[in-house]
Amino acid sequence: MKFGTEIVLLSLFAFGALVAAGLGVDEPFRQHMWVLFFALVGFTAILLRNTDFKPAAPIDPSAYMDGPIRYGAIATVFWGVVGMLVGLVIALELAYPQLNIGPWFNFGRLRPLHTSGVIFAFGGNALLCTSMYVVQRTSRARLFGGNLAWFVFWGYQLFIVMAATGYLLGITEGREYAEPEWYVDLWLTVVWVAYLILFLGTILKRKEPHIYVANWFYLSFIITIAMLHVVNNLSMPVSFLGSKSYSAFSGVQDALTQWWYGHNAVGFFLTAGFLGMMYYFVPKQVNRPVYSYRLSIIHFWALIFLYIWAGPHHLHYTALPDWAQTLGMVFSIMLWMPSWGGMINGLMTLSGAWDKIRTDPIVRMMVAAIAFYGMSTFEGPMMSIKTVNSLSHYTDWTIGHVHSGALGWVGLITFGAIYYMVPKLWNRERLYSMRLVTWHFWLATLGIVVYAAVMWVSGIMQGLMWREYDEQGFLVYSFAETVAAMHPYYVMRAAGGAMYLAGMLIMAWNVTMTIRGYQRKEQPLPGSAPALQPAE
Amino acid sequence: MEYNLMREFADSWGLLAMALFFVGCIVFALRPGGKEHADHAAKIPLQDD
Repeated sequence: MKFGTEIVLLSLFAFGALVAAGLGVDEPFRQHMWVLFFALVGFTAILLRNTDFKPAAPIDPSAYMDGPIRYGAIATVFWGVVGMLVGLVIALELAYPQLNIGPWFNFGRLRPLHTSGVIFAFGGNALLCTSMYVVQRTSRARLFGGNLAWFVFWGYQLFIVMAATGYLLGITEGREYAEPEWYVDLWLTVVWVAYLILFLGTILKRKEPHIYVANWFYLSFIITIAMLHVVNNLSMPVSFLGSKSYSAFSGVQDALTQWWYGHNAVGFFLTAGFLGMMYYFVPKQVNRPVYSYRLSIIHFWALIFLYIWAGPHHLHYTALPDWAQTLGMVFSIMLWMPSWGGMINGLMTLSGAWDKIRTDPIVRMMVAAIAFYGMSTFEGPMMSIKTVNSLSHYTDWTIGHVHSGALGWVGLITFGAIYYMVPKLWNRERLYSMRLVTWHFWLATLGIVVYAAVMWVSGIMQGLMWREYDEQGFLVYSFAETVAAMHPYYVMRAAGGAMYLAGMLIMAWNVTMTIRGYQRKEQPLPGSAPALQPAE
Repeated sequence: MEYNLMREFADSWGLLAMALFFVGCIVFALRPGGKEHADHAAKIPLQDD
């Protein structure tokens, strides 16, 4: 019977969720278990409607397994729209506090929904589906483990739904980028180990002797995230039927563990994983090998050796020992070298094909992504210098820096990869429209520029106002005055975010129409290959 | 295990081992004859679809 085991297990888990919803010791936990119950029952119903008793068709072991990748591409676009929409909402909440509709849609609950939505739902699905795409094609092997890839995909979506609904219900560990509580963390651990087995298994059964560098980056991302997630979430639940847990660490050790996790989430989730994307999709889209393969190896080792030490720069001028702060700063500055080595390697892959920046909007998107990678990996080390950090820390400058990396690097390289993959995954000759890609590119790029520039001005102003003393040693500005001064910038920031979201919506339309098999009737882009003329 | 013991191991033998491994990786990537192998590896994504 198709899905037999799955249906039985899901029904059992749904029953367990129902019991937990009845016996839970606190109200948010009971509500959260109801969410889980309905999610599992709904999924079971879908499987029941699609089951049949015919013997399963034999699977061609040499064909690539693209089903989960197709779902992953759709999930990437869907969660991208959701996560960026929530981002726009909280930007408007900051500008117009009346929009805080409590308790579910307060800034405090929506903010982790936005960060997890764009990092783990949008970025995570992008990494899941592109890693499965790349590892099969560079290993020339089908994904390992039969339906394991489906488990990883749906298990990860369940994690996202549980994390997101938990934030809205007010369930949080209060650890930035690691907000989900203990039971959701345990589930993610199961899914992540399955993902590691899936990826490693595929590499082990590869037919290509060499492991291509993109897979090294993906593998380091999977392994390191497993380690970070487990250590940072070591905690003791108050009750096994309750939503609250306490960290195994205390005080400054807890803070350092959190920022060891937090910064390496940036380093290995948002950088190493997406560099894997860059090292496959940029060569594919420009149809040239990477500029220097040996530089890419050095890039890899230098990046992973240096990144893991950079976390303490989030704790400058705190109770963390001075030597640890200095260590974090020094390693952050050293990181500039591998980052720029990688940026140069990515950009120079275009040598001999520079005209493609003009003629191919997908290449333009990838090049802009690499340029933003270079820019934000220059800005980051600079901000980690203690004297700079004393001005920038806790201000909007940090938010601007994060967004130039996240919107510029992570967002644009993902868009490029999705635009490359979608026609191939659904056997379409081309995208629905290249002109819409151009629109997406300009809306996204202008949106980032507006966002980042506004946050620079706002953040530096904020930092300077906080530290301004008069001649008698009194602070010149009250905190509320600095907040009032930032209002115009918050409005402009929301405008930048709205542009970026508009680009994302155009992408969703373009991808949907491509999947449905339409091609928009449009003039070819200037400079692209001219339409063939019949011989005269 | 005591903190000081781990700390002393980390900033002596641990540091040395990691530094040597790192330098070894770079030397291996840049070894004579490595370029040919690297050029072949760089073409892996382009050979297949």
